[in-house]
Amino acid sequence: MTALAMILRELAGLFVDDGALALAILAIVAVAAVISLALPDAPLLAGAVLTVGCPGVLLLNVMRAARR
Amino acid sequence: MTWTINWTSAAPAITAAFLAALVEAVEALTIVLAVATVRGWRPALSGAGVGIMLLAVIVLAFGPLLDRVPLHLLQLAIGILLLLFGMRWLRKAILRTAGIIPLHDESKAFASETGELRAQALRHAARLDWLAAIASFKAVVLEGLEVVFIVIAVGAGNGMLVPAGLGALAAWLLIAAIGVAIHRPLTRVPENALKFAVGVMLSAFGVFWLGEGLGVPWPGDDVAIIGLAALVLLVALAGVALTHRHTVEVT
Repeated sequence: MTALAMILRELAGLFVDDGALALAILAIVAVAAVISLALPDAPLLAGAVLTVGCPGVLLLNVMRAARR
Repeated sequence: MTWTINWTSAAPAITAAFLAALVEAVEALTIVLAVATVRGWRPALSGAGVGIMLLAVIVLAFGPLLDRVPLHLLQLAIGILLLLFGMRWLRKAILRTAGIIPLHDESKAFASETGELRAQALRHAARLDWLAAIASFKAVVLEGLEVVFIVIAVGAGNGMLVPAGLGALAAWLLIAAIGVAIHRPLTRVPENALKFAVGVMLSAFGVFWLGEGLGVPWPGDDVAIIGLAALVLLVALAGVALTHRHTVEVT
């Protein structure tokens, strides 16, 4: 294991602990980005997706973790 | 020249940086104290000192580059990283509060680090001071990098880098002073509650910056961060209640 690989793993670990949660957050971000590009006249819609979606995926993730 | 602060923007940034730095400083102090206990203050402080210098170099090298990044790109990048970072902390804090995973225990971390250093003393007696200094250096750099990221993340998008940095510095100085005074790991700091609060704030900042980067006109501008934090807090508390109830039903 090189020192560089160890540093990169530590850095990645700062942002990703549970892969499913990270992927779900990125999916919400992608949906919000697509909405903001497709519907430039309704910019609050992307905000609503982020506001509801991000806490929503967190709640689902912890409930699933509790069932495991 | 006068320097005025918009406290509506500054207060959440300073508070988030201060609380996050407090948590990380407690964890770094535990390792530095473990090194000092086994090998004395010289390797502990020299390792920590070099670590602090490396962090300063990172801040000085990368800080000015942030001004060259277009603002909306910076907000998008920071927003995504803050969401990943903040929700990771919040997820762990929820599961710890609900009793699903064990709480972080500073006395256990201290015992584990001193045990490891004593085992190394038996294997590598000649190099032990060097290994002890590296352990101290690594703790300061790894915990400090998280603080540097948080300061940049909550401060860079709205010109609050200096206030957020001062908030973090105040926390590290406070913990260092307490550590010097009592020479013991700070086991009574409510680390999980702090992580819970910081996770809520960083997640709210993440949603806010991402929205800004995507051109969302948040109602109330910066004040929206407080509303977003309240919503994330409510959802996190609901998460604790629901997962705790599930755990009780299973047991």
